[in-house]
Amino acid sequence: MLRITGGKVYDPANGINGEVRDICIADGKVVANVEGGRTIDANGMIVFPGGVDIHTHVAGAALNFARALTPENQRVAAKFLHTKETRMGIGGQTPTTFATGYLYAGMGYTTVVEAAVPVLSAKHTHEELRDTPIVDKACCLLMGNNELVMDLLEVGEYEKAKHIVAWLISAAKTYGIKAVNPGGVAAWKFGKDAKQIHSPIDGYNKVNPGMIIANLAKICDELGLPHPMHLHCNNLGVPGNVSTTLETMKLLEGNRAHMAHLQFHAYGGDDWHTMRSESVQLAEYFNTHPNLTCDAGAVLFGNAVTITADGPWQHLLYQLTGRKWGNLDVENETGCGIVPYTYKGSNLVNAVQWAVGLELLLLINDPWRIFLTTDHPNGACFWRYPEIIHLLMHADIRRERVRALPEAALSRIYLADLDREYTLYEIAIITSAGPARALGMKQKGHLGVGADADIAIYNQNPDGELMFRYPRYVLKGGEVAVEEGEIRSVKDGHEFVCQPSYDAGIEDYLKPVFQQQYTMSFENYPVDAERVHGMQIAECSYQKTT
Amino acid sequence: MIKLTLKDQPTVPLEAEMLTPDQFSGLNLDAIRALPVFLGKRQLRVDDFFTVDGEPSDELEIHGDLAKVKYIGRAMTRGRIKVCGNVGMHLGAAMKGGSIEVTGNASDWIGGEMTGGLIHVHGNAGGQVGAAYRGSLSGMNNGTILIGGTAGLEVGMRMKRGIIAVKGQVRDFCGLQMKGGTILLMNGAEIRTGAWMIRGTIISLKPIKLLPTFPFACTYSPTFLRLIAKHVAPLGLSLPMDEQTGTYHRYSGDSSVPGKGEILVWQPRV
Ligand SMILES: [Zn+2]
Repeated sequence: MLRITGGKVYDPANGINGEVRDICIADGKVVANVEGGRTIDANGMIVFPGGVDIHTHVAGAALNFARALTPENQRVAAKFLHTKETRMGIGGQTPTTFATGYLYAGMGYTTVVEAAVPVLSAKHTHEELRDTPIVDKACCLLMGNNELVMDLLEVGEYEKAKHIVAWLISAAKTYGIKAVNPGGVAAWKFGKDAKQIHSPIDGYNKVNPGMIIANLAKICDELGLPHPMHLHCNNLGVPGNVSTTLETMKLLEGNRAHMAHLQFHAYGGDDWHTMRSESVQLAEYFNTHPNLTCDAGAVLFGNAVTITADGPWQHLLYQLTGRKWGNLDVENETGCGIVPYTYKGSNLVNAVQWAVGLELLLLINDPWRIFLTTDHPNGACFWRYPEIIHLLMHADIRRERVRALPEAALSRIYLADLDREYTLYEIAIITSAGPARALGMKQKGHLGVGADADIAIYNQNPDGELMFRYPRYVLKGGEVAVEEGEIRSVKDGHEFVCQPSYDAGIEDYLKPVFQQQYTMSFENYPVDAERVHGMQIAECSYQKTT
Repeated sequence: MIKLTLKDQPTVPLEAEMLTPDQFSGLNLDAIRALPVFLGKRQLRVDDFFTVDGEPSDELEIHGDLAKVKYIGRAMTRGRIKVCGNVGMHLGAAMKGGSIEVTGNASDWIGGEMTGGLIHVHGNAGGQVGAAYRGSLSGMNNGTILIGGTAGLEVGMRMKRGIIAVKGQVRDFCGLQMKGGTILLMNGAEIRTGAWMIRGTIISLKPIKLLPTFPFACTYSPTFLRLIAKHVAPLGLSLPMDEQTGTYHRYSGDSSVPGKGEILVWQPRV
């Protein structure tokens, strides 16, 4: 039992905006009252629901590949030494599993979503997530280039495709689905990409990216998944891609969708020399379409490692940078590319990217629909979120940073004209309450009675970066996990999975196709429930309201 | 001067990155004796392996066969280290200033990613002199390395600035992926010199076997060679400059990258 007293509470899901009130905890949950137990005096502090990262890459084959490919980052990364409570590890751009848990918790984040898991490497991902302590986890399954599904869409078998998606989600023990460059990664296996969302994909006569997007969004809704389709649009990173993004959003009218790392999809111009921000145009559309949520995918200057299933884009990035490049093929499901990257303030393209991330966060007026992410480790490391929060809270500091950009960048961005400054209440929405709601996690992102007692307590400080980088206390499931910057107790988190219902007869169709097309036997493909540590099954109870 | 003498050669390599003037500064001899060294995973003390005497100073002399002692002079910024004997891997890695002299032979990776200072090995050196560690974008970024004897593979790999001079023969892949700086080969090199070099200059005083991606460009005697000659003269090296006795043939490459580096080969007049 525990009582937090005297702190200013920011609990947007329950409309509480900085009121001083007590939070009581028993058995890992927020309760109405407790008698006895420890009391945390939070005088002069602010109390937030624990952070929820809706889109990050922290486990699995792709991340491991990136870790192996960048020893130069590991050499200079923060070291985590073995202590009574913690295992050793390293931080940096692609932290090791245990360090990932310590770094997230150390920043006040208590739930993270690994955004890109192929069925074929789901076992590996779950094993790594098991070793990512303190935080709760969930995964999105890569589905935008799954050839089992695409083959069925080709012949108009929507219902069958839906059952297969449901079966795959259950088999991989994931929470939702993600589509990455739909059709483009499948085309990459022919050395091509899918740049036009209405043109057939290489290897198919009828299936095009738009068809995949619209059908997957519908499938997610019909299966009642708590989180909508998580979408990485076609033409990521490319100048002029805003037209693809807008076209895609139009296809999604009538369904829910979560637009991942929107910053990378909001550019105008015809080429790298004329690339500009189209955040205003995109935000205008987005603001009037409440079926959509998004995360920022903001960029910060400095070193990053780009990791994505978007194989063709990574090949282009490799050609642009001349840095090293890793490419993986994941059979009939997806692909993966790795390229280390440095965002430079002096580079015009990078300057535009940096501005666009912040602009979207400022121009999308409903904080319940845009969430703080950097598409870690693509735009910047997750442990740099406090730097972004600081910028969102201070227009003058943003303008000062804009002045340091190359002259030519100024006419291509809007950032200097934006006066909006985030309040602490809004920060609590974009870091916790909003993503929890978009994920359909009712026990997360708030401090009302019945919520999981995942709580971050910060010393109030005018410097937002300092305040959010070093929480005074972090509670996970009611236990003090972090106190004054030190890991105090390490408990394993849960993993949330969905088990949407499907027609059991689908296995009769799947098995022979699978035996013919995969290198793995059908029996070995699904992940056993025992391998998913602390598994909790979430209800598939979403219902479309018309 | 502080004098360290190795008592017995360790059975496995000893990591002794504390052996630098920077780490010794302000310490009395007893404190120096207590500094940590690592034998495999075990943390031990300097005086488990060395006798330590002399006066606290920025000058440090180490005696014995130190072929299995690694990381001497790591990240040093000032002062002087003299190794009387052979020395192990990673000597002067990431050093920023000061100087290191070795009377015997040195192992691999000396001066890796150094940014300043001087390393002078009188004997032979191993491979990866002044190189980038695996994965890094660039190797040594300034400073001077002089090898009196021969050197191994990948000398100056990805180096960006500074000078490496080798009096003896150098093995394969000298200047691999070089990005800048100068390598002086007083006695030539084996094969694949300058492979994938992007910028920088390799000067050979002996004819060497070139990759086909280094086409002949011109004969010339650039002015900067006189500056380099002046810089290396105190180290006892002299570059032929007299146009009466010969010229430099310039080969540019590596055109397979494509790169803008150059290999200058001294061509005596016959
Ligand atoms: Zn991502």
